[in-house]
Amino acid sequence: MGAATLSTASPPPRLADTASRHPRSDPPHKGEGGRRASDHRIAAGIIALAAITLLIGGAFAGLLVEGAHDFSGALAAFDPYLLRVVRFTLWQAALSTLLSVIPALFVARALSRHPRFLGRAFILQLFAVPLALPAIVAALGILALYGRAGYFAGLFSAAGGQGWPGIYGLSGILVAHVFFNLPLSVRLFLEALQTIPADQWRLASQLGMGARPAFRLIEWPTLRAAFPGVAGLVFMLCITSFTIVLTLGGGPAATTLEVGIYQALRFDFDPARAVTLTLLQIALTFVVVLALTRLGVNVVGDTNLPVAPRRYLSVNRTETSLNAALIALALLFVAGPMAATVIAGLGADLGRLAGEATVRQATLTSAVLAFLSALLSVMLSLALTMARRALALNRRAGPSTLLEHATDTGAGFVLVVPPIVVGAGWFLLLRHFGDVFAIAPVMVVTVNAVMAMPFALRAVRPAYDAASERHERLCAQLGISGWARLRLVDWPSLRRPLATAFAFAMALSLGDLGVIALFGSDSVQTLPYLLLARMGSYRTADAAGLALLLGLVCLALVLAADRLGKEMARDV
Amino acid sequence: MSDGATGRKGAPVRLDKVSFSYGEGEAPLAFDVAFAAAEITAIMGPSGSGKSTLLNLVAGFETPRSGHVLIGGADVSAARPAARPVSMVFQENNLFAHLSVEQNVGLGRSPSLRLTEADRADIAGALARTGLAGKEKRLPRELSGGERQRVALTRVLVRDRPVLLLDEPFASLGPALRDDMLDLVAAVHAERGMTVLFVTHQPEDARRIAQNVVFLDDGIVAATGKAKDFFAGAGPQAFRRYIGAGAGDAVSRDIARKRT
Repeated sequence: MGAATLSTASPPPRLADTASRHPRSDPPHKGEGGRRASDHRIAAGIIALAAITLLIGGAFAGLLVEGAHDFSGALAAFDPYLLRVVRFTLWQAALSTLLSVIPALFVARALSRHPRFLGRAFILQLFAVPLALPAIVAALGILALYGRAGYFAGLFSAAGGQGWPGIYGLSGILVAHVFFNLPLSVRLFLEALQTIPADQWRLASQLGMGARPAFRLIEWPTLRAAFPGVAGLVFMLCITSFTIVLTLGGGPAATTLEVGIYQALRFDFDPARAVTLTLLQIALTFVVVLALTRLGVNVVGDTNLPVAPRRYLSVNRTETSLNAALIALALLFVAGPMAATVIAGLGADLGRLAGEATVRQATLTSAVLAFLSALLSVMLSLALTMARRALALNRRAGPSTLLEHATDTGAGFVLVVPPIVVGAGWFLLLRHFGDVFAIAPVMVVTVNAVMAMPFALRAVRPAYDAASERHERLCAQLGISGWARLRLVDWPSLRRPLATAFAFAMALSLGDLGVIALFGSDSVQTLPYLLLARMGSYRTADAAGLALLLGLVCLALVLAADRLGKEMARDV
Repeated sequence: MSDGATGRKGAPVRLDKVSFSYGEGEAPLAFDVAFAAAEITAIMGPSGSGKSTLLNLVAGFETPRSGHVLIGGADVSAARPAARPVSMVFQENNLFAHLSVEQNVGLGRSPSLRLTEADRADIAGALARTGLAGKEKRLPRELSGGERQRVALTRVLVRDRPVLLLDEPFASLGPALRDDMLDLVAAVHAERGMTVLFVTHQPEDARRIAQNVVFLDDGIVAATGKAKDFFAGAGPQAFRRYIGAGAGDAVSRDIARKRT
């Protein structure tokens, strides 16, 4: 280019001709309203909301019908056993939270004090793995390590002087919950610490602040601000944890509400009790989520890997070795069950497993159901995102409507109703109309899609809003709408975030044991269901092999999601 | 060439007692002003005086609360942005980042990118005209800021509407580059004769290419007139205050330089 081409000399004639060949200067008024494109988007959002409402509402209907049907039975379920279950639910959640969050404070601080060392990125990456790992896989890994026949059993027996009883019951639940939530808390606290502006660290080092005053004056205020949110999130996760308690909890002494619901429906067949347990569970999670939103917590957690900024501080040798020991301990604790999963899995007769018809069938079922579930989840998320954006654009400065709220924060509230609860409601409703187990595929797909939605939304929404910010006026100006807009504008800019959301939703759905535990049967088995069955029949080697397979697939999916997300961030 | 004249002739733009507000409690804006056909009018005024809002009302991104927007004598107040005979160039985000230069320009001809051979020839011609020949396949991120705005202007050429709205399109460019772009706008205007509404903060921009000035202050049209009168010091007090004390001298010196 250059100024030379800019002369006002006579233009090439064909340019002047274009207007005659394409008299596209449209008639100025067409009389039709201007907001048709956004109407499509709002309609899509309303359909998505209706579908979600139907799923959740149907579950509630099932519960209410059952409760009304056998009201005295539901009341009678309020017995000492129920109280014990509620108490245990709260007690294990509180203990798990304390044991996860308090050590996480110090590990996060240690990691933030040393922004650069070999393996730091690897540790953080490893700390993200439990987020991807299905709970049943982790439970098996923990049993393989600390169980009665685990790798450490000999060591513990020798140390204790008697036979190692294994870690079933409360101890097992706590270890598993800490395995999941310690790394999560570390990452969240680290993220908080990294919001401290670099200038504060420069100032601290210029003023000669040592480790202790720096902690008191700089780090602690930030950590304290993040603490209620992180602790609340972990408490919420532990209160609704199903698979861990089912597989590691031992008998009636270590049962939570969610497992109680499952047992009431699948073993005791006591629908009235299931109703009572379910309503209690909903009330409990509702109170916790309400408290969390009051605290301004994002209930969905975060999957971003924090990057370490340059720090201006010197750490003395004593502190360095202390921090190193702390990080190493946390690393061993988190890596142990993962390593055990791999070793135990490789010890299984993988060749025979792969040849087994049941395993093949379960793998296929899992893949198909998870694929459909992820697809549905992404479609719901996209519809809600588009509707929310269109509503916000139409509204401009005024207060947001109820519908916009529903498409926005409302979507996060599906977390109030755990999969088991939705499953239980539909289970109770559908048993009046025929074979409950025939509906299993539909339930697994829909419930998991809705449960993965808050996570999918987090990947899709920022990308969509940013793209809309850039493109909205341009599209309106050039008349790009409908299918052309989807093909030329939306799809290219949303391809990657949609793939991220899809992969993540698929991993979540693939590893879920909640819904399938209720609806599974010999004719419809997913991998986690088969795994549970093998565990139940003491075919531990088989279970270990399946766990390895399931864990690797979920990990691959989440890594793919992470990678796509990063490329996306680079492209923009 | 029979109806080529319609493409060459700009349409007059008129805001007839238009009132507008961004919401309850927001300051209302009121515009009652006409823009001469086939001329360049600079729209100036302090930040928040409503310059961009005025353009958005003409483009159809905002709808007047009362009054009418008339283009070529026809009331377009209710028409969709794409149905109005206007093209607009924004300060940024004029291009789709994932589409090539050629595609971005092509969207001016067909919003679904269904282009005929003749369309493609026109696009190639227009790109050559604006000095972008050879860059057809590039993505916007491979272009400089000036080149990106040049692509936007190329699309204006291909789209060929009788009204062109420029919303500070060169504000983020350096002085030399801005002069180049202003020359390009002037050249395109000389060639097509469209009505140009040009929002700018830079008095030199207005002086360089505009025949008229519309000066906005606090949401209303405070003054209108010939650009040469405004810059000769005949503008209202508020305008002289806006371009700065002593600017009158600089103006006459600059105009003298430009005319040599």
